[in-house]
Parts: sequence; structure tokens; C-alpha cells
Amino acid sequence: MKAERPPLRRREGSPWTGLWAVTLKELADHLTSARMRLLEGLILLTALGTVSAAIQTLRTTVGEDPFLFLRIFTTSQQAGDIDYSFVLFLSFLIPLAAIALGFDAVNGEYNRRTLSRVLSQPIYRDALLAGKFLAGLFTLAITLLALWLLVTGLGIFRLGVIPSGEEVGRGLLFFIATVAYAGIWLALAMLFSVQFRQPATSALAALAVWLFFAVFWPILTGIVAQVVRPADNPFAELAQIQLRLALSRLSPNTLYAEVLLSLLSPETRALGPVLITQLEGAVRGALPLSQSLLLAWPQFTGMIAAVLLLFAGTYVLFQRQEIRA
Amino acid sequence: MTAVIEAVGLIKRYGPVVAVDDLNLTIPSGEVYGLLGPNGSGKTTTILMLLGLTEPTAGQVRVLGNDPSRNPLAVKRQVGYLPDSVGFYDELSARENLRYTAELNGLARDDAETRIDEVLTRMGLRDVSTRRAGAYSRGMRQRLGLADVLLKRPQVAILDEPTMGLDPEGALEFLDMIRGLKADGITVLLASHLLHQVQAVCDRVGLFHQGRIVLEGTVDALSERVLGGAYRIHLEVDGQAQALEGTLSAVPGVVRVMRESPRGYLVEAKSDVRGAVAHRVVTAGGALLSLRLERLGLDEVYARYFQEVRHEG
Repeated sequence: MKAERPPLRRREGSPWTGLWAVTLKELADHLTSARMRLLEGLILLTALGTVSAAIQTLRTTVGEDPFLFLRIFTTSQQAGDIDYSFVLFLSFLIPLAAIALGFDAVNGEYNRRTLSRVLSQPIYRDALLAGKFLAGLFTLAITLLALWLLVTGLGIFRLGVIPSGEEVGRGLLFFIATVAYAGIWLALAMLFSVQFRQPATSALAALAVWLFFAVFWPILTGIVAQVVRPADNPFAELAQIQLRLALSRLSPNTLYAEVLLSLLSPETRALGPVLITQLEGAVRGALPLSQSLLLAWPQFTGMIAAVLLLFAGTYVLFQRQEIRA
Repeated sequence: MTAVIEAVGLIKRYGPVVAVDDLNLTIPSGEVYGLLGPNGSGKTTTILMLLGLTEPTAGQVRVLGNDPSRNPLAVKRQVGYLPDSVGFYDELSARENLRYTAELNGLARDDAETRIDEVLTRMGLRDVSTRRAGAYSRGMRQRLGLADVLLKRPQVAILDEPTMGLDPEGALEFLDMIRGLKADGITVLLASHLLHQVQAVCDRVGLFHQGRIVLEGTVDALSERVLGGAYRIHLEVDGQAQALEGTLSAVPGVVRVMRESPRGYLVEAKSDVRGAVAHRVVTAGGALLSLRLERLGLDEVYARYFQEVRHEG
């Protein structure tokens, strides 16, 4: 007996039809929106502030450091009790900008009652979702690229030094990593925009996740590691540190910070605890770019995987959703 | 005439709720078909299934020969849809909104601009096309919605509650535009709960109730079937109006005669029997003061039908 197989119901036509139209429209919306201008202004101001201060500090040490240009991003200043640097501000503001671009991506269309009209055009839902994501990512990439070029230009102008090829390479990788980091928050915000009908709810949910990882996760990992692996001898202490590190790497913030550390501080040789014995015979000095990249590779792929996972989740949710408001 | 829209045994369930229950629908090319019924009777769900925006639980759908759940792009390329209370991007102008639709339809830029001008002119929005869509009145939005539908030069237009929220004048104007679609050879599927408004433009109607089409046909045929007599004649007679009821009942075609007031009669008939009725009144010695024909509409058909259904139940 031959088993009766149900007919394969495969949809016809490309899921990418209309992708470009959606992307361009959303991109135009983002670039002209008051929301984005506000964020751009905020990012620009803080960037200029931190970078100028960093350059001020660096001017005293020109010539002593082979990676002067990278220091512009990482040198931290003290203002009262707070240490701040360009990358610190960036890792703080990027999630905010990404959430601002994505939190009302889908529920905004519901509320404006445009969703059914747009989806009754000859496109698949795929195109709408992917187009919105790409537009958000392009917007962030354009802003970040402009920022990176601006800071580099400022560095050349104020320090009178031209960045070396390796520094440019590291800078570019830093830019790509930042876009990937932004992609995580954008995808998360879009996930919530599909899940919740009220834009205010989705914005708050996304901000709550961000706050959780920025403030509570470091505290939580410490507590959990202490409870699970009490440090009563040196080996247990090492295990505790490793557990804490492993847990904290579930946070995109940690992944991004580690990528930045290895890319922007070439002298970084390990992203975890290093034993004295392991340092024996090590040559002091900076790692070449390829080695720094190798060091940060797991974190890098981890961030991209997070983007893909979140986007896939959003996609599944959106496909299953009913169109009627 | 070929069937443009064909649905056989269409069922849609949302969990335990049956939104559309074993629906059979055939709409031939060039027809204006009214899908009528109260809110929540499954009209919009049916439309979404026809467009492939919702997957049917069971049953077959063919729109212009395509299966909407399998080949939605081919369907949506030829079918225009005006959703219930249509929305636009308020911060964009009317023209920019249409431009986006044109891009989603993959129209070339030159072609798109020509078509946009064409539909805006047709809907009388040409002069306000640069205004933000957010500043549009309800009536203008609805016309912009129809412009949006016409932009892709559809073979089928599906309009969901097109006259809802419009003032009477605006509604009439809009119905005229729907007649214009028919003149262009576009098949129109109209969903509405405002029965009296849309009955004038529909070639055929299907009355929807709890996910089923309970009555289908031309408006006249339905009134005939449900109300018996589709014509109501109000008479006002002065003088010795004693035995008129008997006299009037004898007129061929009269179904029922009722006395509404001392001088008023109501005659229900299958055809327009005003002449015969007037003649009888006069020959019987009555002074005919007035005679008024009342055409019964779908509202009465609907109300009467469900009265009967309830009585039977």
C-alpha cells in the first residue's frame, strides 16, 4: 500500500518582490523623522564631547603610542565620579537608537491601518519585515559611518597624525561590530513590535530588556556564580570566574565590549582569566590585526547569530499573525 | 461569462469560533456583488481568504483562476482591495502614498506617475494631491483609497464597508464611483452592513449571517421571496370606505391588504398594481386622496427573514 501524501502547498513567486520598495520607503521615513534627528544630535554631541576630551589628553602623549588613533575611541576621562569614553557612550546610545527605530515597525502599521492595504499589494509579508529591518540597519550604518569618519577626521586635524592601515582596518571592523550590535537591538525591538499591539508597550519592553542587560545582568551573574561555585579554594575561585564570564556572555553588551576590547586595544591577548603560568615566555607587545580578530571571533559570530535568531523569531511570529486589526 | 471569484465549501475557524461556515460563492465577470450582513458575520474574513491574507481552514478558493493561498502574488496583482476604514501614512502626501503603492506593484516610474495623475483626477483629488494624507477628511480618504485600488488597474475590486462613516451625500457620490468601476468592466465585490445604501449598486447580493450566505440573488428576487410582495402601496381614501378591503384584495397580484388608519390602507403586491388599485377605489365610489408606492429594501428583507427564522426556531 502506498501512503497518500498530502499535496505540497508551496507558494509561488519570490518572497523578495517589493523588498527594495519597502526598504527605500522606510529608509526615507527614518532619515526624515524627528525621532532620528534627535538621536543623531544626541550621538553627535556626546561623541564630539568625549572625543575632544580624549584628544586633549592624547596630545600630551603623541609619538609614544603606535595605536594613537584607536586611543581616541577608548581613552576615558574622569568627570566627577564617572569614567567615560567614546566607546562607552556608543555602547550606551546604540541600543537606544536601534530601539527607537524598531519599536513601532509592525504595530505602527496596524495602528495606522495601513498593514492590510500594504499587504494586499503583490508582495509577501517577508518583504515587509525584511525591508523594515534592512532600512533600520542602513539608517544606523549610515549614522555610524558618518560618525566614524567624523571622529577620524577630527583626530587627523587635532593630532596631526595620519592613521595607519592597521588602525583603519581595526576601525572598520569596529564599525561592522557596532552595526551588528545595533542589529541585535533593532531585531529585538521589531520582535516586540510584532508581539505587542501598543507601540508604548513594545518600546517599554525593549527598553526593559536593555536595562536588564546593562544594569542587572552583571549583578545577577556575580550572585549566581557565587552561589553555584563558592570560592573556597583557588581552583573553585577560577571556576567561579569562568562561570560568571560564561553567564555574562549571554548578554549582547558583554559580547560587544569584548569585541571592542580586542579590536581597539591591540595589546589584549585574552578575553578571560589568564594564569601566571600561561604568561611565561610571552612576548610583550600588541597582537597583529588577524590575531585580534581571531580572539574576538566567537563574540563576533555570537552577535551575528543573535541578530539572526531574533529576526527569525520575529519572522515566525509575524507570519502566524492575523492581519485583521 | 466566466467566474472571476469562486469559493467552494470555504470554512475558517479561529479556535472554537467559526467565522466562515461552508461558504459557496460564485461571482461572474463584470458583476457588482454585495456581500451584506451585520458586523462580525464573517465578511472581512471571507475577503481576507480571497486575497490570500488568511489561510482557509478548509475549502477551495479560485480568484481569476489562481489559488490565493498558493499564488497570492498573481491574485494580488490583479485584485484591488480597499480595507475597512483604510489607513494611509499621514505624514506623507496623497501622491507619495500612491507612489509607494505603485512601487510595491513594481510599476516603472514614468508609468506610475501617469497612472497616479489619472486616478487622482478620476477621484477628484488632483488639486489636493500634495496635501498630507493626515489632513484629508473621511470622504477624501475613502476616495484616495479607491484611487489606491485603481492604481494597479485591477480586474477585480474588493471594497470593505466603502460607505461607512461617509455623510449621505458622500456615500451617494462614492456609490456612483462604484458604478463607474462596473462601467469599466471591473468586477466588484462589496461588503457592507449598510444594506439600504448599497442595494442600489449591486447586481446581486448575498446576505451573510453567522458565517453563511443565507439568501442570495437580485434585490428584487429576494424581496419577492422573503416578503412575498415586493411592492407596498399606501392609499388614502375618503368617503364610504367600508368594504374596500375585499375589493382591493381581488386585484390580481395583491398579496395582502391592511387598514392602517380610518382612511389609510396598505396594499402589498407582487407587481406594480397602482393603476388597477386606483381604478377599483374610484369605481367603488371612494375618493382617492393619495396613492404612494413604497419599494421595500434589503433592510426589510433582512429584518423579515430573521424574524421568520427566529419564529421557526
